[in-house]
Parts: sequence; structure tokens; C-alpha cells
Amino acid sequence: MNLSMAVEISYLFSSVLFVIGLKRLQSPATARGGNQLAALAMLVAIVATLLNNQIVDPTAILIGMAVGTLLGGTAARMVQMTEMPELVGIFNGFGGAASALVAAAELLRLDSVGVTSPLGEGISIVLSCLIGTVTFSGSFVAFGKLKGLISGNPITFPLQKTLNAGLFLGLLLLGGSIMGLFQVGALNTLTTFSIFTAVALALGILLVIPIGGADMPVVISLLNSYSGLAASAAGFVIGSNVLIISGALVGASGLILTLIMCKAMNRSLGNVAFGAFGGESTSAAKGDDSDKIARSVDPEGAAMILAYAQSVVIVPGYGLAVAQAQHELRKVADNLEERGIDVKYAIHPVAGRMPGHMNVLLAEADVPYDKLFDLDEINDDFDRTDVVLVVGANDVVNPEAHNPQSVIAGMPILDVDKAKSVIVMKRSLSTGFAGIDNPLFYMNHTSMLFGDAKEAMNDLVREVREA
Amino acid sequence: MGEMLVGIYVFVLATLAGREVITKVPPTLHTPLMSGANAISGISIVGALVVSAQVNEGLAQWLGGLAIALAMINVVGGFMVTDRMLEMFKKR
Repeated sequence: MNLSMAVEISYLFSSVLFVIGLKRLQSPATARGGNQLAALAMLVAIVATLLNNQIVDPTAILIGMAVGTLLGGTAARMVQMTEMPELVGIFNGFGGAASALVAAAELLRLDSVGVTSPLGEGISIVLSCLIGTVTFSGSFVAFGKLKGLISGNPITFPLQKTLNAGLFLGLLLLGGSIMGLFQVGALNTLTTFSIFTAVALALGILLVIPIGGADMPVVISLLNSYSGLAASAAGFVIGSNVLIISGALVGASGLILTLIMCKAMNRSLGNVAFGAFGGESTSAAKGDDSDKIARSVDPEGAAMILAYAQSVVIVPGYGLAVAQAQHELRKVADNLEERGIDVKYAIHPVAGRMPGHMNVLLAEADVPYDKLFDLDEINDDFDRTDVVLVVGANDVVNPEAHNPQSVIAGMPILDVDKAKSVIVMKRSLSTGFAGIDNPLFYMNHTSMLFGDAKEAMNDLVREVREA
Repeated sequence: MGEMLVGIYVFVLATLAGREVITKVPPTLHTPLMSGANAISGISIVGALVVSAQVNEGLAQWLGGLAIALAMINVVGGFMVTDRMLEMFKKR
């Protein structure tokens, strides 16, 4: 068996390990091992590649690996769990950029050698560069929106879709001519290629700026998928199955998460991409709340309601994470449990800022994962629940979703209004992202505990202890 | 074109396998799934290494080096942050 055969087998081994590693993510008990298995797969692939290739000049390779390891390791250690969407967003961009650069470097190499190249390789280079570049610039806009560097509101201007369509058409023409140049083995594809890359960069920016901040979970899931597709395309460029397979796995994963997020927000993918929803644009019925009275409760009163319940379901929303109050929340839950009260958490898919974000934030606060229930698992339990404590959530518990006339009609919600009593901890009666009033706040069995989630939660911890 | 067709076979089958495996990942683990997927998409490091190994001149070499650095950020950062998160997931 020669070296290149052994290397091919190593790549096969890596591909299998990636699939098994992902499979182990099906349960929190095996997930950590699964991730480590995938990391091992990556190590095998990298070592095999280094052994297999006659390296002409190792300088750039060594510097690249050292810089990447240092930056990646630092980012992974320093990042706050609330900032995970930003980190994933920027990593999507790096992944896309790396794949596009592989295509560019290969093009430069072919160009300098001046060989005719088969059509297949031309297509792969163009696709890899296109998807990778769009992922890169789109991810940076998404990162800017999440970080608040760019307005989270949809940025729209006249003829935006026409411009995007024009750019796309331009990319097709430029891509076609690059392939044509390759076919005849012509040198100097470089100028065309540079223009192509610049247009792709612009397209990535233009595709993401009209999308509102509230829709970023969908966007980063989709860009996650693109970064995988870009890696697959790079696999076609260099003829490597391990790239094609791993990229396809990531592409599938990102797409599944995108569709889950769309479903949770009751939107189609096309609606997210072109709807320019999610800012203040929806001025829809602010509602005439003049005749409705929300009953307010103080922390002591709320503690009494909680302490004499038998079952409590907590619904955390993003307001909780913003206030960094998840640790205080756990203290309240611990206290209730010491009294023998059954405490569960109901997590809506869009509770955080990315898929599964709230679960990570609660895990960080040492909430055991077997107490976290998703929408389908817990919705039938609410009519048997004594008290629901909603913390910093709004649209995801709005019963208006069951009203066919409402703008959020059909959105999957947690049916907390079915519980015997509901406590809503919130700053004010203001509306959520959807911009509509929430009748839950005015129901007879609802009590509003107004205040900043962290302060109110601290008061609640104290009162529950004394209750 | 034959090689490309084989590649497309591999791509389609891997996508189907990915769909089967990933549909069953519970919502609790969706964030680690995404950051882990980030790390896996850093596989383009293999492409970057293959291309970089073959060149020793100017621009192509440095583009390759940049690709290696960016992919390596994904690989190291992605797997490490995923591990950090999964470490926090505990049973009662």
C-alpha cells in the first residue's frame, strides 16, 4: 500500500467519524464525545494532507496554522455565551472566505501554469468563489447587525430587488466567461475573476441588509448552510471527497435549522429573505388598551403565588438573557424545588437569538437539561399547571396567534394562558418584535411583575425564601 | 466530466445522510450543533493545504496562507467553543 492510498483511507475514516460525531449530538449525554470525535476526524484529515503533499515552501502554511490556532482558541475561550450568535456568525464568514480563497489560489496556480482545464473544474472554481464570497460578506453584515454596529432595522431602498437580480445576472455572465477562458487555456482570467469576486461581495451585503434584527437566527442558520456548501464546492475544485462530504453535512445541518427557525416564526424562507420584516415597520394594531386593565403584582405577592403552587413552568425569553438573570432564575427554581414543587422550563425555538441559544444560557446557569422542554413536549401540560412564570418573553406566549385575523396568526406559541395562573415578569406592557398587543397581559388570571429581569428576580429570590 | 459526476453522487448521498442524522438532534443541542458544524466547515483547510503545498510564489502562496488561517480559526475555535458549551450540559 503506497502513501496516497493510505491518505485516501484516512480521508474515508475522517468522513465516517464526522457522521458518527454528528450522530452523537442526538443526545446531550453523548454530545461532548461526539464533538471530540469530529475534532479527531479533523486532525486525521489535516495530518494526512500534510503527509501526502510535497510541500514546496512551508512558510505560509506554518504561519497560517499558527495564527488561526491562536485566534480561534482565544475567541473560543473569551466569548460570552450570550454572544454565541455573533461568534457563529463570524465563523460562518471565515469558513466561506477560506473556501473562496482556495478557489482563488487554485485559479492563480492554473493561470501561472497556463494549462487548459476541464469544464468541471471551471464550474467548481466559479461556484466555490461565489458561495464562499457571498457567505463571507453576508456573514459580516449579520455580525454587524447582531453586534449593533449596523442598524438592526431592515435597510431598504428603491429597486433593491432589481439591483440584486442585476448583480446575479452579471455574476452568471462573468462566471460563464471565466469558464470559457479556462476552456481555451487562456491566461489572464485574473481581471474577470477579480470583478466577479467584487460583485459577489456586493451581493452578499445586499442580500442581508434588508433583513431585520429579529430574523437574524434564520439568517445565520442559512449562512451556516452556505459555509458548508462553499466547502463542498472547494472539494470539487481540488477533487477531494472528504471536503464534499463534510461540506454537505454542514449544508444539510444549516438548512434544517433554517427551516425549523422559519417554522417557529411562522414565516417562509422567501418571506424572511425579501419581507423586510422584524423592525418597527409593522405599525399594525397597537390595540386600544385604554379600557383593559393589567393587574400588577409585587415580588412578595408573586412569591406567594409561586410558593403555594404544586407545579410551576418557567418560560424564559430573550429579555432574561439580556438582563443576565438566568442565575437568579435558577435560584428561584431551586427554592421552589426545595419546597417540593415540580419545576420545569418551557423553551420556545426562538427564545434566544439563535437556534437552541436559551438552552445553552440555562445550561451555563447549571439548569439540568432534562428539565428543559420544547414547545411540542410541554404544550399539552399547561392546562395541568398551577403557575407559569414568563420572564422577558412576549410574542412567543401571545394567544393572538390563535386568532386568524392577527398578523401573527398560526405562529406556534406556548399556550401559557391555559395554566391556572400566570405571572409575567417584564419591564412594561410594550409590544414585542411583532409589534402587536398581547391579550395575555390583561387576562384575569395573569399578574404582571414589572421591572428589570435581574432586579425583579433578585427580589423574587428573597421573597420566595421568606414565603 | 466523469469525476465531477462521482463528486455529485457523493455530495447528494452525504446530504441525505446529514439530513437523517441531524433531523434527530434535539432543540436543546441546536446551538452546539451549529458551532460544531462551523468547525466541520473548516474542512476547507484540507483544500487550502493542498493548494498551498503546490505553490511557492507570491500571491497564490499568501492567499493559500490566509485560507489556512481562516479555516484554522473555524476548526480550533469551533471545536473548542462547542466543547465548552457541551461541558455545561448536565443531568439532574
